[in-house]
Amino acid sequence: MKSLLGTLALTTALTIPGLAMARSVTLTTTLNNYGGDGAYLALYVTDASGAYAGSLWMAGGKSKYYEHLRDWYRATGGDTAQVNGITGASVGAGRTLEVTLDLADALFDAGYTLHIDAAVEDLRDSPNEVAVPLTAEGAGTPVQGRRYIASFVYDM
Amino acid sequence: MIRALHRWPGLLALALITILALSGAALSVFPAAERLAAPQAKAGLSVATLAERIKAVYPGVEQIRRAPSGRITAYWFDQGRPGAAVIDPATGQGVASADPNQMLRWLTNLHRALFLGDGGRIAMAGAAAAMLVLSFSGAALVARRAGGWRHWFARLRGPLAGRLHVEIARIAVIGLVLSSATALWMTASTFDLLPDGDAIPAFPAEVSGETGIELHRMATLRRTPVAELRELSFPYPGDATDVFTLKTDRGTGYLDQGTGALIAWEDLSGWARVSETIYMLHTGQGAATLGLVLGLMALGVPAMGATGVLVWRAGRRGRPRIRGNRPAGRAETIVLVGSEGGSTWGFAATLHAALSEAGQNVHVGPMSGFAPERYIRAERIIVLVATYGDGAAPASARGFLDRLDAADRAPALPLAVLGFGDRSFPAYCAFARAVATAAEAKGWPELLPLATVDRQSEQDFARWGRALGQALGIPLELAHQPVPPATETLTLVSRRDYGAQVQAPTAILRFALPRVSLWQRLSGASFARFAAGDLIGILPEGSSVPRFYSLASGRRDGFIEIVVKKHPGGLCSGQLTALEPGQTATGFLRRNPGFRPGRGRAPLILIGAGTGIGPLAGFVRGNARRRPVHLFFGMRHPDSDFFYGEEMPAWQAERRLTRLVTAVSRVARPSYVQDALHGDAAEVARLIRDGARVMVCGGHDMAAGVADALAEILAPSGLSPEALKAKGRYVEDVY
Repeated sequence: MKSLLGTLALTTALTIPGLAMARSVTLTTTLNNYGGDGAYLALYVTDASGAYAGSLWMAGGKSKYYEHLRDWYRATGGDTAQVNGITGASVGAGRTLEVTLDLADALFDAGYTLHIDAAVEDLRDSPNEVAVPLTAEGAGTPVQGRRYIASFVYDM
Repeated sequence: MIRALHRWPGLLALALITILALSGAALSVFPAAERLAAPQAKAGLSVATLAERIKAVYPGVEQIRRAPSGRITAYWFDQGRPGAAVIDPATGQGVASADPNQMLRWLTNLHRALFLGDGGRIAMAGAAAAMLVLSFSGAALVARRAGGWRHWFARLRGPLAGRLHVEIARIAVIGLVLSSATALWMTASTFDLLPDGDAIPAFPAEVSGETGIELHRMATLRRTPVAELRELSFPYPGDATDVFTLKTDRGTGYLDQGTGALIAWEDLSGWARVSETIYMLHTGQGAATLGLVLGLMALGVPAMGATGVLVWRAGRRGRPRIRGNRPAGRAETIVLVGSEGGSTWGFAATLHAALSEAGQNVHVGPMSGFAPERYIRAERIIVLVATYGDGAAPASARGFLDRLDAADRAPALPLAVLGFGDRSFPAYCAFARAVATAAEAKGWPELLPLATVDRQSEQDFARWGRALGQALGIPLELAHQPVPPATETLTLVSRRDYGAQVQAPTAILRFALPRVSLWQRLSGASFARFAAGDLIGILPEGSSVPRFYSLASGRRDGFIEIVVKKHPGGLCSGQLTALEPGQTATGFLRRNPGFRPGRGRAPLILIGAGTGIGPLAGFVRGNARRRPVHLFFGMRHPDSDFFYGEEMPAWQAERRLTRLVTAVSRVARPSYVQDALHGDAAEVARLIRDGARVMVCGGHDMAAGVADALAEILAPSGLSPEALKAKGRYVEDVY
């Protein structure tokens, strides 16, 4: 039952505003001073088998650069419909991106992993910059990214 | 129309275009520097070998990229810490930091977006579009001014600012068109308006599941030369489902990390290839030399901006603003103006005002903008035209006769031609006559017969206006008040008198330089910049019509000097020759760029008689570079009117003057300057054959006599004054 609900929620969208089985989650991503232009960030979720489940946020408006978010691009085939309505500006070095979403309860403690791919013009692409399991326990614990992200934390 | 398309984008986008050009020029240096600094791969080196070398040094290598400059960068993780370096392909070792150049980043962001994100990008794209419009409209203007595209590199005349503007433009325009057109393409690409994205093959669903193939056993990597490499990404360590990703300048593919097989490939799309070529042309990345050339051409932009503003301001000063000027397509009466110095525009403005008052829709424009197909509502065409020099078209009428000549037939609208000139010139209204003759030959119907206005005569103009009114059936009173030029008050500092004994009282008058404002100094307006041979217009008291005198001094001499002969009953010459030191006259500067000795070391042959010595003496005095100068000077009597006779010996001693030949007419055996030329025929012919430049100044009869004499002297060498004139090696200032 639980997994069915989860699948249902995920195939439509990960965010289900106004539903009883949802909770408000704030995703806070702070970049380090890597000395380049604004970073493109793709925040998305994979399920327990590692398969793409859906996108949470896309920082960066020009879809021609999405191929540099390599894992996200592979998983979605670069389909911009995946980030319709959840796309914002790229994030400058040293800046913080804060996104608040209503996420389905079913996403937590069920083997789902939140990933962030990052890319900066003229600097290295950094797919899988961050990969954190979504658990109730892990909320509020900051993690560091591989190259550009100084800290990422999700709060409920 | 074209002029407006050139002026307004230029003035409005001037600041942005200047930023674009300067930052672009600075950026153009980077690809060349990178090309020189980057260690280049040996020809034939394969990607497999390169990747192995790098992996041996940096086992955690994640990605290898090759820039169009040949620079190879590797990115790796070493114990969780990211690293990157520029690689020497011969060893795989890092040799330099891969950190982006902050100066380059700063300049790039300024150049493409003014640090303002997408809004800035759009503004800069607008500036690039303005640059493109400017390039095309400017090219059309240059072609029109030169008389056709074939004369693209024709010699220029006119004020310095305009010449500089065109000199730079006709070389730089190619680069500017290329840079601005490619900029617009790149902007469109950035905003996803072009289908030029990378074609990326679908990620393979099935892989071998094995890992660990050695790089040198991967056939595709062995076959691919480093010169074609864009990017090689390694699979995640420990992820058996991942693959190698290879990008070359032909496309993108995936390689199995167990078998090394190429499991998917997608060629670059045609659009993407075009976009990459355009990127290369614009940035010079992969074409560093072209980049440097484009950067150099971009440096011409600020200079063209500055000279363009000067040209625009000079044009505005020269002609009055015509209030309520109707567009050509909506006017009943089309008034076309051919003017050199601008005074004819004043008459056009008066005509425009009077006709508009009578309820007419009137368009006033330059003759060079003649476009009969645009005169849809027009019922008549009126041409007000001055003459330049010996019957040539004045500045604003250039190309008119050619265009009329090229048309299948003349417009059906009746034409009236009014010529402006000075009866004391032999070529009085010669260009107006040429226009009338050409119109008649084409069968252009006549509204009024050709009429002329002598020396800006208000009466002549009013009389013609009444005739025009009759032809139109409306009462027309043309009361023309000439637009007074901005004058200066000039104080006489000294005078030297000559010629009293030969009934030709003449004075060399020296005035102090008037005070010059900072703006005048910067823009070279008024007396801030002038040279011997330029003209000074003196407004005598009691008349608004200026009389022109040739200047015998340049700005560097520190004074204004003219030679004035008192004409019996002459208003202006009478007032000037009566001036005592300390008294003042009112005058303004009129440039005369057609009468300059020019640069170069070629000898000068200066020929003058009477007061015509003025500018020639000025050239000699200013000859600091000791150019060979041969002066032929005709006078009445050496004791009476040998102007500058006191200075001549010193000028010769200083080698400012090579040789002086005088001709004296009031003696027992009279000799004129043309006789002096004949007497020295062999030497004169030799000098001219060797490239000497001839400058003649004086009365019309003398000039005609000199031309005849030179025609005879030059005939044996197959040269003629006409041929020399066409090459700009024979110039006259005749009165």
